[in-house]
Amino acid sequence: MAIAQVEFPKELAAFVEEWKTKPGNLIMILHRIQQEYGYIPREAAETLSRMIDLPLAKIYGVITFYHFFKTKKPGKNRLAICMGTACYLKGGQALLEEARSILNIQGDEVTDDGLYSIDAVRCVGCCGLAPVLMVGDEVYGKVSPEQLPEIIAKHRN
Amino acid sequence: MVNAKINGIEVQVAPGTTILDAAAKVNVKIPKLCYNADLEPWASCGICVVKNGKSPKMLRACCTPLENGMEIITNDAELVETRRTVIELILSTHPDDCLQCPRNQMCELQTLAAEFGIREQSFPKRLRGLSKDESTNTLILDPEKCIRCGRCVKVCQDMQNVWAIEFLGRGEKTRIAPAGDVALADGPCIRCGQCSAHCPVGAIYEKDETGPVWEALRKEGPEDRVCVVQIAPAVRVALGEEFGLPPGTVLTKKIYAALRRMGFDVVFDTNFSADLTIMEEGTEFVQRFTKDPTALPLITSCCPAWVDYMEKYYPDMIPHFSTAKSPQQMMGAMIKTYWAAKAKVDPAKVFSVSVMPCTAKKYENKRDKTMFSSGYQDVDVTLTTRELARMIKQAGIDLLNLPDEEADSPMGPYSGAGVIFGATGGVMEAALRTAYTLVTGDELKDVNFTGVRGISGIKEASVHIKGTEVKVAVAHQMGNIATVLDQIREAKKAGKPSPWHFIEVMACRGGCIGGGGQPYGATDEVREARMAGIYNDDQKSTYRCSHLNPFIKQVYEEFLEAPNSGKAHELLHTHYHEKAIYTK
Repeated sequence: MAIAQVEFPKELAAFVEEWKTKPGNLIMILHRIQQEYGYIPREAAETLSRMIDLPLAKIYGVITFYHFFKTKKPGKNRLAICMGTACYLKGGQALLEEARSILNIQGDEVTDDGLYSIDAVRCVGCCGLAPVLMVGDEVYGKVSPEQLPEIIAKHRN
Repeated sequence: MVNAKINGIEVQVAPGTTILDAAAKVNVKIPKLCYNADLEPWASCGICVVKNGKSPKMLRACCTPLENGMEIITNDAELVETRRTVIELILSTHPDDCLQCPRNQMCELQTLAAEFGIREQSFPKRLRGLSKDESTNTLILDPEKCIRCGRCVKVCQDMQNVWAIEFLGRGEKTRIAPAGDVALADGPCIRCGQCSAHCPVGAIYEKDETGPVWEALRKEGPEDRVCVVQIAPAVRVALGEEFGLPPGTVLTKKIYAALRRMGFDVVFDTNFSADLTIMEEGTEFVQRFTKDPTALPLITSCCPAWVDYMEKYYPDMIPHFSTAKSPQQMMGAMIKTYWAAKAKVDPAKVFSVSVMPCTAKKYENKRDKTMFSSGYQDVDVTLTTRELARMIKQAGIDLLNLPDEEADSPMGPYSGAGVIFGATGGVMEAALRTAYTLVTGDELKDVNFTGVRGISGIKEASVHIKGTEVKVAVAHQMGNIATVLDQIREAKKAGKPSPWHFIEVMACRGGCIGGGGQPYGATDEVREARMAGIYNDDQKSTYRCSHLNPFIKQVYEEFLEAPNSGKAHELLHTHYHEKAIYTK
């Protein structure tokens, strides 16, 4: 059995068509697909492979090279813990470990209820607030590990 | 011309010549690892570094062209030390189990470590704990051994256009794997084994099946098993390389002798069944050519890697594919039916082994139910040339000093057309020799169709048969086939006749003589020497055409009735099915 393909929503399909023949199109298109689905589903990669006539292996070479692209569906709420220089020095690593311990997940895993996943990210651009944690678009500054349970609970819904 | 000096030696080369090639011209050997003559250099390993004059900058000799006035230094203390460090760093992520490695004593990394006198572990060991992929049952991918030189990826993508593997991840987490880390068998891999033939270490290698063959030969298990073997055309011109002979040395009769000493009861030759393939495929061509030209082109189907590629990438070509099985499978079917009955042997007791230059043949022997046409698996085990070499060495057989022996009758003696199956263009030439006679009833005065011979990637020729022009094309090295097939697709779309009537395809560069199961180290020079061996054997043959082989006439008279008869179809033909490129 072949792997299933998805049909891209009209706007996404039009975007792919527009970029189809432009040099350096792959990364642009992958950004757009991730925006649509929150990650790059295998079925979407397969659809793209056919649309732009590019081997699936090439697409995966790019997806797995850049940390930004995800091949697994992330949690509904994505905790982005900053590991930039300032945040790291101010205890970003301890935050990351505490968050993983509270949620009982490692690496790119998602909690069993599908609600949370954790990304270790590089500088989010507000070093003065180090260490920084983002949940979705919401920024938390000067976070201590003790505050984590409350922040996590706040985003349960 | 470019004039420069390498280690003080004056050298003159054509513009664009790399420092590596220029150095070789004046007998200066620059160590290298990721470089391979078949592939465009991409400078990933850093072993081939050199310096120019007083500049401290290190250049990579594999991909830097020599320029006028350069004064290249290839071996000062700093360069040697740099290379040593690179080797030590590679070794720090590479397992030390050389003695159990399939590439022991044939490993390019091991050789470099030995030449540089690496005596201790300078960096802490950081193995990655990756597991093997044995899903294809043909090739084993061991990412733990991989040094990430990238040769296999280049071969699979650039030479073969298969795209079964890619670099996934980055930095120290980089690994060679199919898209999305699925198993090799769930992706596009066609099992051609060119990755294994190009890997410098033991990271991709053929599945070793010598064990079950020894068991059968030693009559462990059922004592009354009858062991029958066949050897492919390309094996005989390459096996000698494993025993120190130059490529292209024809060892047919010594191999027969060695197989008997190993314990095989009956020794047949795949060249015979290549003759049989020509009778079937040649007849198929003539029928289409004379009665149904819209069914043209006819495309050859002896190469199982090509069959798999076509089923995945060009399923619209299925109607053009010859239904004739490959020589390996025809021989397998004939052994367990015709021969078993003739020799009064129960086919259930026959253990049928083939020796092939090919890894894909290991997959082919279980490809679909038509590979069980005798009522049993027609070919029980397929060994590669490399495995046969190991078995001969294990058995302590002094191959080169054995007396010459003949193959067994009736499926041993072959025509020159049978042996040339081993080289690109050979199947086409063999088919034309017989097709000419089938159409005209006359014999050719000159059977040599030299236009389809040689290492060029795509060859075209036209032949006049009874006033009609037959246009043929020959492609080898999988990446070259798209050009040919895309033209056929276009012609079809436009409602025009195909530009060619008959097309031969072989997946490996040079054809089977350059197969994925052949001795390591094939370059074009080696391939051309092996080809020369094949054509020499053809020249010396008593019969040059398949239809003239008296034993071919015998099997049709005694058993098969006529080419493309009902019986022939039942045993010697197969079917093809569209396949997904990825199943997961």
